[in-house]
Amino acid sequence: MTDNPLLSVDGLTVAFSSPDGPPVAAVQELSFSLNAGETLCIVGESGCGKSLTALSLMRLLPRPHGMIGAGRIMLEGRDIATASEADMRMLRGRAISMIFQEPMTSLNPVLTIGSQISEMVKVHEGLDETACRQRALDMLKLVRIPEPERRMDDYPHQLSGGMRQRVMIAMALVCDPKILLADEPTTALDVTIEAQILELIQDLKQRTGTAVILITHDFGVVAEMADRVLVMYAGRQIEQGTALELFDAPTHPYTQALMAAMPRFNAEGAQTRLKEIAGIVPALHERGQGCCFAPRCEKATRHCFDSMPPLRLMAGEHSVACWHAGSPQERHP
Amino acid sequence: MSNQVATPPALDVVNLSKHYELAGSWFSNKQALVYAVDDVSFTLGRGETLGLVGESGCGKSTLGRTILRLVEPTSGTIRLEGEDITALSAQEMIARRQRLQVIFQDPYSSLNPRMRAGEIVGEPLTNFNRGTAAEQDERIAFLFKRVGLRPDQRQNFPHEFSGGQRQRLGIARALALGPSVIIGDEPVSALDVSVQAQVINLMMDLQDDYAISYLFIAHDLSVVRHISHRIAVMYLGQIVELATRQELFERPQHPYTQALLAAVPISHPRDRRKRITLKGDVESPINPPAGCRFHNRCPHAVAVCSQERPPLRPLSQDHAVACHLVV
Repeated sequence: MTDNPLLSVDGLTVAFSSPDGPPVAAVQELSFSLNAGETLCIVGESGCGKSLTALSLMRLLPRPHGMIGAGRIMLEGRDIATASEADMRMLRGRAISMIFQEPMTSLNPVLTIGSQISEMVKVHEGLDETACRQRALDMLKLVRIPEPERRMDDYPHQLSGGMRQRVMIAMALVCDPKILLADEPTTALDVTIEAQILELIQDLKQRTGTAVILITHDFGVVAEMADRVLVMYAGRQIEQGTALELFDAPTHPYTQALMAAMPRFNAEGAQTRLKEIAGIVPALHERGQGCCFAPRCEKATRHCFDSMPPLRLMAGEHSVACWHAGSPQERHP
Repeated sequence: MSNQVATPPALDVVNLSKHYELAGSWFSNKQALVYAVDDVSFTLGRGETLGLVGESGCGKSTLGRTILRLVEPTSGTIRLEGEDITALSAQEMIARRQRLQVIFQDPYSSLNPRMRAGEIVGEPLTNFNRGTAAEQDERIAFLFKRVGLRPDQRQNFPHEFSGGQRQRLGIARALALGPSVIIGDEPVSALDVSVQAQVINLMMDLQDDYAISYLFIAHDLSVVRHISHRIAVMYLGQIVELATRQELFERPQHPYTQALLAAVPISHPRDRRKRITLKGDVESPINPPAGCRFHNRCPHAVAVCSQERPPLRPLSQDHAVACHLVV
């Protein structure tokens, strides 16, 4: 790791105001950093806070109830958590861009895709019409849309799901942002199209040096893409490390259970029982003072229910928040 | 799977097609046909799981619904345990539904939000007058326990259950009349990974206990691989390859199957490699390409592929493929 990461998040807490009582924290004390040109995957099941984390980096939390309760989000020496709305408008798209799961709902249905991409260049760089259009066209070529000249004047509904996601990526990258935030970008796509889009993101990353934060629930996508991985559960980071550290020695019981529950990682082979994780993710108001995973954990002891395990460094860059995580020697033979 | 010659298979589907007519535009009389399901044949053995995979728009859900007679087949034959049900009237079909059930993808939209969970699961019993009220009650309690729900949750409404629990309700309802065949249309696709494992295990346990046959429709190859005995791969309305699980994953023959398997994300970062990705999107089933429907995207296509449709030919007892280039 370099001394000066591109993005560093320190103690981020996302809270929602509640009509009867104090605000409820949906993400708590999240800290991570992202280096230039790196891919960080944030993994977890629905409700773990991974999308809220992404939205707070863009300062797009649902208003008026969602807010950044505490923490700093430092991007190139500036704190996004406290930046003004005017500053944020300049940062979005130019410093940090986001693509979403369902491109159809994120594209404007009544504007051609050419004009939607051009608009980005016009707003951020103030170029004239022709130059903007040219940049948009170049971008469509870069994301490998067939017949880009003709497609420029198409509306979103005329494109397939995979093509729309390519347009989203073109729009996100047209102003050369430092960071691309991708929230489940391939979840709505078929496997062969998913493979195309992941390959495209990988390829563009190498070409432009953009750092990528990829949010996903699929460890297969993580294995394919990640340099580093952060696993979240019930609003907290429970394990993080390099992709190799995490896949070689998954340490938190939740990470282990999640991998074992996926048919793909099932070592026993087909037609055997999958490992189940009993119960479901606790709701926001049901999270106690101890480890959030304790009620579902096979290893849980009294201590786990009573106090929250801190994130402890195990080896290299691998850290785990579990009272039962052994010493590094035990885990890395 | 039963080896007795005398027992007909749970399901026998022969040359089944479902074509939809698209309304022509105001100015032309030309009618376009959607070949949603086109000349599909397969059998489903007793106590067997046949996985049906393919990408969106390949017709796998329409095939499931056609077999259920929820949409009317254009041509072909469907036999349920040896009985031809293709031409039965809606009235006659009702009785057959005791043996042929379905589990849908979205457990929320397939449960009536105004009915209590116990009523939802018990409705089939009432409809078919199975036993006295007390017996039905007992059966409902048994079903709740069997699928891993607490019998006291019978008073709750669907919105009070989590996604996985709702899918358990859907399974309990399908199970109520003791069916021999269940068609699962993406039954675990909407669920989180940890919950998905619970539901897959439940479905496999039920199969062991009651010898139910599953037609398991899904797009996730790793799930299908886990649960299926045999797997059929669909592309644009047709089955392009049909084989036992092991055969299909170890010796995929059709170029589309190969591409589909290659597109599955890996399970360890050390396995990263340059992938052969398919070019282009799935074509439209409206007036699909002549010849082999995959030829436009196929990396190996030759002249004959665009002219003649390859039939599904058996390579061995447990492997059939529809490709001109496989000999």
